[in-house]
Amino acid sequence: MSVAASAKRRRLMIILSAAVMLGLAVWLVTSALRDNIVLFFTPSELTAEHQSAKRLRIGGLVAPDSVQISGLTAQFSITDEQEIVSVSYEGALPDLFREGQGIIAEGRFDGDQFIADTVLAKHDENYMPREIAESLKEQGVWQGDTAR
Amino acid sequence: MIAFSEIGHLALFIALICTCFQTCLPVMRSVSGKSDLLAISKTLQSAATALVLLSFTALLYGFITSDFSLSLVATHSHSAKPLIYKISGTWGNHEGSLLLWIVILVVFGGIFAWTSNALPARFVLLTLSVQGAVTASFLAFSLFTSSPFERLATPPLDGRGLNPVLQDIGLALHPPMLYLGYVGLSLAFSMAVAGLIQGRIDKDWGRWLRPWALSAWSALTLGIALGSWWAYYELGWGGWWFWDPVENASLMPWLAATALMHSALVVEKRGMLKSWTVLLAILGFSLSLLGTFIVRSGLLTSVHSFASDPSRGVFILMILLIAVGIPLILFAWRGPQLSSPSDSALISRDTALIVNNIILVMATAVVLLGTFYPLGLELVSGARITVGPPYFDATFNPIMAIGLFGMAVAPMLMWRQGWLRHARAGLLFSAAAALVLGAIMSFVFEIFSAAAWAGVALLIWLGMGILSDMQSRIKFHQPAQIASRIRQLGMPVWGIWLGHFGMAVFLLGALGDGIGKTEVTVRAQPGDVIEVGQKRYRFIEMQQNKGPNYITETALLAVETGSGEQLGYLTPEKRFYPAERQTTTEAAIRPRLSGDDYAVLGDGDDVKGYSLRLYHKPFVSWIWGGAVIMAFGGILAFIGRRPLKTQHADLSGLL
Repeated sequence: MSVAASAKRRRLMIILSAAVMLGLAVWLVTSALRDNIVLFFTPSELTAEHQSAKRLRIGGLVAPDSVQISGLTAQFSITDEQEIVSVSYEGALPDLFREGQGIIAEGRFDGDQFIADTVLAKHDENYMPREIAESLKEQGVWQGDTAR
Repeated sequence: MIAFSEIGHLALFIALICTCFQTCLPVMRSVSGKSDLLAISKTLQSAATALVLLSFTALLYGFITSDFSLSLVATHSHSAKPLIYKISGTWGNHEGSLLLWIVILVVFGGIFAWTSNALPARFVLLTLSVQGAVTASFLAFSLFTSSPFERLATPPLDGRGLNPVLQDIGLALHPPMLYLGYVGLSLAFSMAVAGLIQGRIDKDWGRWLRPWALSAWSALTLGIALGSWWAYYELGWGGWWFWDPVENASLMPWLAATALMHSALVVEKRGMLKSWTVLLAILGFSLSLLGTFIVRSGLLTSVHSFASDPSRGVFILMILLIAVGIPLILFAWRGPQLSSPSDSALISRDTALIVNNIILVMATAVVLLGTFYPLGLELVSGARITVGPPYFDATFNPIMAIGLFGMAVAPMLMWRQGWLRHARAGLLFSAAAALVLGAIMSFVFEIFSAAAWAGVALLIWLGMGILSDMQSRIKFHQPAQIASRIRQLGMPVWGIWLGHFGMAVFLLGALGDGIGKTEVTVRAQPGDVIEVGQKRYRFIEMQQNKGPNYITETALLAVETGSGEQLGYLTPEKRFYPAERQTTTEAAIRPRLSGDDYAVLGDGDDVKGYSLRLYHKPFVSWIWGGAVIMAFGGILAFIGRRPLKTQHADLSGLL
C-alpha cells in the first residue's frame, strides 16, 4: 500500500472513531439528561402532576413551630408564605437547619407527604440558596440581607 | 508617614502601567525600528513581578498585623485568630485571592522572561506581550472592581473574622496550588497566541510549550487533590467529590491540560497536531478563566461562592470573551497554514495520542454541558433544575473508562508505526489477569453491579499493563543489568509510568470507596454500641473543650473490632466560633491504608440523644495518594525534557 493511501485510510479511521465517540457521548448525555435532572419548585409552584415526579427539589423556609424530631426522623414543613408542604426526613440535619431558615429538600412525594432523602442548608448563616432567594424576592417575602 | 498598604496599592497601579507598555512593545518595533525591545520587555516584566510581590507583601502585612483600617482585613480577619489563619486569610476572600492569582501570573511571566534566552527574540517578545495583556487585564480587574486596599475612615476595634470553614490548613495549601495550575496554563496560552501571530508553530514550539503544560498540569493535579481532601475532612459529608460547579470548573482545565501535554508531545516528536494543540492551549486557559468566572460571579450555586457582585462577573466575562475571541480570529487567519503531511501508520503512538485527545475533549464537553445546562435551561424556559452526580456518573465515567483502557495500550506503541516488542504478550497477559482476577474479586467481595465489575477489571488491566511494560523494558528476571537498564530509560519514561500508575492508584481508591463503603446514621446516647460493617463503635461520653478561638462539643467514640479488641478513639466535634457566631462540624477520621473510619457528630442533646454518622471507607486515601503520584510523574517528565536550545536558525528576523 502506498504511503498516501495508508495516510488516507488512517485519517478515515480517525474521523470514523471520532464520530463514533461523538455519537456515544451525545447518546450518553441525552439519556442522562432525560433521566437524571431534578426540577426545583417552591411550594406554591407545585401542581398535582409534580406529585408523581420521580424526584424533585422543594425550596423555602422551614415553617415556624413545625419541626418535630423523634429518633432519626424529622418532620417539618417548608413554606414560601403562600403554600405549605409537609416534609419527612430521616437522617442527620445540617448545622444550620432551624425554623425560619431557607433550605432545599430533595426527594419525592408519597401522597401529600414529601419524603426527603437530602436536606441542604449552607454553612453561611446569611446564605440563601439562589433559587429560594429569587422566588421569595418575587413574592416580596424576603428582601435580601438588608431586611435582617 | 505613608502606610505600607498605600505603597502596596500604588505598586499595583505602577505594575498595571508596566504591563500595558509590555503589551504594546511588539507594535512599537515597527514604528521605531529599535532592536533592544526584548531587553525592555524583560525589564518591564521583572518590574511588574517585583511590584506585585511588594503589593502582596503589603496586604499580607496588613493581615498579620490585623490592620483594621483596611476594609478587607476588618471584614475577613480577627485579632484572636491563630497566625497561620491570618496569613492564609489573605487569600480567603475575593479581593485577596485575586491578588494571589496576579502574583502567580507575574511570577510565571518573570520565570519565562528569565529562562528564555535560548528562544528566538521575536517569539519571546510576543509571548511576553500576550502575558502582559493578560496580567494587565487582571490588574485592572483588581484595581477597579475589587481593590484589596480599600480603607475605612473609622477602623473597628476588631474584625468580623474569617468563615470558620476556611480556618484550616486546607486554605493555606489548596488555593495557591490550584492557582499555580490555572495560571501556569496562561503561559501555554500566551505561547500559542505568539505562535499564531508569527505563523510559526513547529517541533521547537512544542518543546518550548511542553514544560509549562506539564508543570501547570502537575500543580493543577495537586491543587484539585488538596481541594478534594479538604472537602473530605472538613465538610463532614463523607465524600471526596460532589460534582459541584466549582469542582467541575477545576476539572475542565485539568482535562484540557491533560490533553494538551499529550498533544504537545506529538507536536514535539512528530510535528503533527499543530493547530489542534494551539486550540487546546487556548481552550485550557479559557477554561481556567471560565472557572474563575463561575467562582466569582455567583452565577452558579456552589459551596465555594464568594460574596457575589454582578459587576465583577461582567468584567471577567469580558476578559474571557477577549481571551477566546482574539485568538480564535488569529486562528482562523493562520490555522490553514499549520497543517502538515502525516506519514503515521494507523497502529502507532501518534494515533493513540489522537484518540486520547478525542476522549479527553469529549469528557471536557460532557462536564461543561452538565455544569451549564441548568443555567441555559433557566434562561430559555425559566425552569430551575439541578444536574447532579447521576448525570456525571452516566456520562463522564463511561467516556473516561475508554480512556483508561487506552492508557495501558498507548505506551506500548511506537512513534510513527508499530508495536514495541513484547507489547502483545504484555497486553494479552493484562487482559487475562483483568478477566480472571476481576471474576475472582467480584466473587470474593460480592460485587454484582456491571459498572463496578468493569471498574475493577479496568483497574487490573491498567496496573498489569504498566507492570508488564516495565518488565519488558527493565527485565526484572535478569537482575545483573537492572541498574544499567534503569539508567538508560530516562526520566520521560518514568514520567509516563508514574503518571499512568498514579491513575491506577487513584482508581483503586475511588472504586474501594465507591463499591465498599459502609454508612450508618443513628441517634445514640453515651454508653451505646453501634455496629458499622465489621467494626463496633462504643459511644463513651460527651465532652466540652475550648480551642484558641472556639468552644467545642465533642463525642468520644472508641473504635473496636467485631470481637471487641480496641483499635483507637474518634472524637467528632461541633465547634462554635463566638467571633463569627457560627457553628461548624468537624469530622473525626482514623486514616489507614486499608480504609478510613470516619465519624460525624450531628444535632442532639442528653434527652433525645445525639445523631451520629459513621462510615467505613475502604482505600479512600489512595485517591489522593494516586493524585500525588500522578503529579510526581508530571514533574519527572518535566525534568527529563531535552534542553530548550532551538535546532533551527533564529527565524525572528524574518517576521
